[in-house]
Amino acid sequence: MPAPAQSRVIFQHIDEPGYTNDLACYVRHGGYEVLKKSITRPPADLIEEVKKSGLRGRGGAGFPCGVKWSLVDRKSGKPIYLIVNADESEPGTFKDRYIMHQDPHQLIEGTILSCFANNVKQAYIYIRGEMPEGARILEKAIAEARAANFAGPNILGSGYSCEIYVHRGAGAYICGEETGLIESLEGKRANPRIKPPYFPAVLGLYQCPTIVNNVETMCHVKVIADLGGEAYAKTGTPGNTGTRIFCVSGHVQRPGYYEFPAGTITMGQLLNEVCGGPLPGRTFKAVIPGGSSAKVLRFGERYKGKRKVGADMVDYDWGVEDVPMDFDCLAMIGSMGGSGGVIVMDDSVNMVEALANINAFYQHESCGQCTPCREGSLWMKKISSRMVHGQARKEDAALLKSVADQIPGRTICAFGEACSWPTQSFLIKFKDEFETYAEVKKTLPADRLALV
Amino acid sequence: MIAAPKPDLVTVNIDGVDIAVPKGTNVIEAAKQLQKDVPHYCYHPKLTVAGNCRMCMVEMGMPAVDPATKAPVIDPATGKQRINWIPRPQIGCGTTVAPGMHIKTSSPMVKDAREGVMEFLLINHPLDCPICDQAGECKLQEQATGYGRGYSRFIEEKNVKPKRTQLGPRVTLDDERCILCSRCVRFSKEIAKDDVLGFVDRGSYSTLTCHPGKKLENNYSLNTVDICPVGALTSTDFRFKMRVWFLKQTNTLDIESSVGVNAVIWSREGVIYRLTPRRNDEVNDTWMSDSGRMLYKQVAAADRLAAITVNGAPSGLDIAINAAAELLKAGSVAVVGSGRASVEEQFLLKKLAEQLGVSAALVARTGQGDTLLISADRNPNVRGALVTGLISALPAAQLTQLAADIDAGKVKTVVSHGEDLLAAGLTAAQLAKVSVIYLGTHANATSAAAKVVLPTLHTFEKAGTFVNQQFRIQTFAAAVPGPQGATNDLAVLSKLVVALGAPATASDVQALWPALAAAVPALATMLYKNIPETGLLLDATPWASLPFVEGETLKFKPVASALTT
Repeated sequence: MPAPAQSRVIFQHIDEPGYTNDLACYVRHGGYEVLKKSITRPPADLIEEVKKSGLRGRGGAGFPCGVKWSLVDRKSGKPIYLIVNADESEPGTFKDRYIMHQDPHQLIEGTILSCFANNVKQAYIYIRGEMPEGARILEKAIAEARAANFAGPNILGSGYSCEIYVHRGAGAYICGEETGLIESLEGKRANPRIKPPYFPAVLGLYQCPTIVNNVETMCHVKVIADLGGEAYAKTGTPGNTGTRIFCVSGHVQRPGYYEFPAGTITMGQLLNEVCGGPLPGRTFKAVIPGGSSAKVLRFGERYKGKRKVGADMVDYDWGVEDVPMDFDCLAMIGSMGGSGGVIVMDDSVNMVEALANINAFYQHESCGQCTPCREGSLWMKKISSRMVHGQARKEDAALLKSVADQIPGRTICAFGEACSWPTQSFLIKFKDEFETYAEVKKTLPADRLALV
Repeated sequence: MIAAPKPDLVTVNIDGVDIAVPKGTNVIEAAKQLQKDVPHYCYHPKLTVAGNCRMCMVEMGMPAVDPATKAPVIDPATGKQRINWIPRPQIGCGTTVAPGMHIKTSSPMVKDAREGVMEFLLINHPLDCPICDQAGECKLQEQATGYGRGYSRFIEEKNVKPKRTQLGPRVTLDDERCILCSRCVRFSKEIAKDDVLGFVDRGSYSTLTCHPGKKLENNYSLNTVDICPVGALTSTDFRFKMRVWFLKQTNTLDIESSVGVNAVIWSREGVIYRLTPRRNDEVNDTWMSDSGRMLYKQVAAADRLAAITVNGAPSGLDIAINAAAELLKAGSVAVVGSGRASVEEQFLLKKLAEQLGVSAALVARTGQGDTLLISADRNPNVRGALVTGLISALPAAQLTQLAADIDAGKVKTVVSHGEDLLAAGLTAAQLAKVSVIYLGTHANATSAAAKVVLPTLHTFEKAGTFVNQQFRIQTFAAAVPGPQGATNDLAVLSKLVVALGAPATASDVQALWPALAAAVPALATMLYKNIPETGLLLDATPWASLPFVEGETLKFKPVASALTT
């Protein structure tokens, strides 16, 4: 089956020759028209449209956006804050930065619409510390939007006012975790909060109800406000509506970002047809489908089971290439759609070394607050690091797996899962490589690339 | 007395046992009521919940209800409502009880989770128990016996962190032992209101330290040592002095102010090594000032009085008592009592004053209160003197009346119970005009000038009671014997009373109490042995109109402000 055609909605103007990130260009292309026609509607209508759209958050967890909004405590009398999570830090993910760099007004329009829907008077765009250029562009864009009365006081004469502020992080992966982000925004160390009681929808920023949404999610809200929830939901598949952006990196002919109706493309179509297949003379070995914390998939393994298609239960028997790239199918086979960062590894990759790299990243980014993640991530890193430096033991495979098993489900935030899932899945699917690495290492040239 | 309102109760099931606990209780505290220990490091009942050590994980479930009808889902096998167990463990400290909640504190899942945490906590820990001062009172050590693996799977190099850091004048930090529970950080911020501690670096390299340019030097810094569950924070004064398992613990009270902080004396073979706070939720929670702890040093101070003297010459107790009695019988006597003396001592001193037909004076000691656990009244027991009737008005800092009486020739002999008359406003010339009978613990200008010196015991060497600013009567017990030559104050006072012709009185606390209770209305129906460890509130109405000096402290609001707020 040939791959469907790309359907660029959010990325419509990305890399378009002549398209600039200033307000004039955005308005020339129909920008802020959705805001103009929506600002006169009752805010509750917009929430209803988002619910009907079935939009799932694009930050990684895929939580339904409408449900998230409906959980917000609107009776407390406290102000409601909205935070745009622009801390795009998951290795393998590079979609939000293109929106911010090349089409910032799309994000601002979506943000204002979301704020309007939820009666938010103050919104923050929390941008990753390593993206100073994005922060400058956003600040300029916000100033432009404010000057044109698309943001700020009394937007378009509607009586509704909303300010957006850009807040730069200081360079920590954990700031992408929503409660860690909130702590950081409050000026503290980004230690994620315990939930309960600190659910952002009730006790978020400054202990006020808070909505935290991903950059791309905000842009989808603009599309939903334009088309209406039901029309939006016609794109994609039931439960996975709208378009999805995949950031493909690694060993394919044409790495890059691609946008498709959600659930309509399989892994094989994406990698072989869209990205041009493996590099010459190589074969695919493994793929991480949703950012580096997602569990790895091994080419050649089969996934069997029953799944619901419409009202029926249907048997499925897939290879990696056959898996539809949506939240539910990837979850069904034991991984996740996550942030859409697809990391491809071919047969030139040694999985022990790949894991050593991932472990080094997660160890460096653990906030250090709670025990299993703090100690477990460093222990795993020390083991895999020792292995690639020539001190591997046969029993290290079992030890790594056992250490990883002591982390997930026992930590304050999802970082526990993020740091242990790679090790767990690598060890389950490539156990032989770990057990024989000591021997393999001896055959590798000594002057290979320095490893972590 | 106004009855406390009955708290809303919530019934939960812990390991198969139903228990009703007040709403808002967390699982650790609820389990404690069933004598079930949920191990923990970061949780502290008097600090905010951080939930970071992950040791207190339990299995939790809620009764199943049909989502549509909200009707209970009955398990056909048992005929009871089914419990939906959460598939991952929950932290006991951060889980507040809810009606019908089910908890398992020792299921395989819980045991596995705790063993995982225990192993993680130990991999970068130096495991230097043999040379660690915390050994014997270390939570890590204790729980390693319950949840430890018994061997190590860790063959990597351990993290290296700073050792022997002086965080301040009284606290030493070993960062390698720190398990990053953040109790000390939260204490400094929330209780001491001196936000000087924090973590730098991240992950397993996180390191506890003071903020740049700051020191942990507030007067409550040693509480961080108490609450540190491991040997990271140690008392610079106490460390390496004695293994804690050799020490005897004796209940006492902080003697530095009228707050009456509950404390424990740690001693061995007659030597006191340290003082630590004792939990009393009505008085001091679990805290104590550093200054109060250091007062144990008074006991073995070089200027302790240990020789009974008459006219400067060494003497025996009975000879000295007789010499004192001669002076007293000559008349023109003034009695100076002490707000540092126990209720029992004040009671006997009052008897003495009554026999002499005089009223006693007290010396006030005041200072700035710190709004936490040191009040403006630096005498621990002025209210005891009011209750026993030794005095009827609040004391002044200066003995101006006594000075005038000496100048006027009305007073020839002064009995001073531990008060330095020079410090209390008398001049050397006035002191020279009178014969002083001095009962006290430490040498001073008054003891040097006294005709009769009767060395007595320090609070930590004797038993008794104090009445604190709340009019709470609290007991203290003798931890160590006094120096040779010192006599229990009660024995000295009762001998003086007898020497003046009264019938013999009891000279130990227990035996004295029936007479005390009979004579003092506020203490009627009470017995020393019946006073609970947390003290008893007395009816303060007779003294409600007195202008007490105390301002607000941790568990105390002055009556006036209590009325206005």
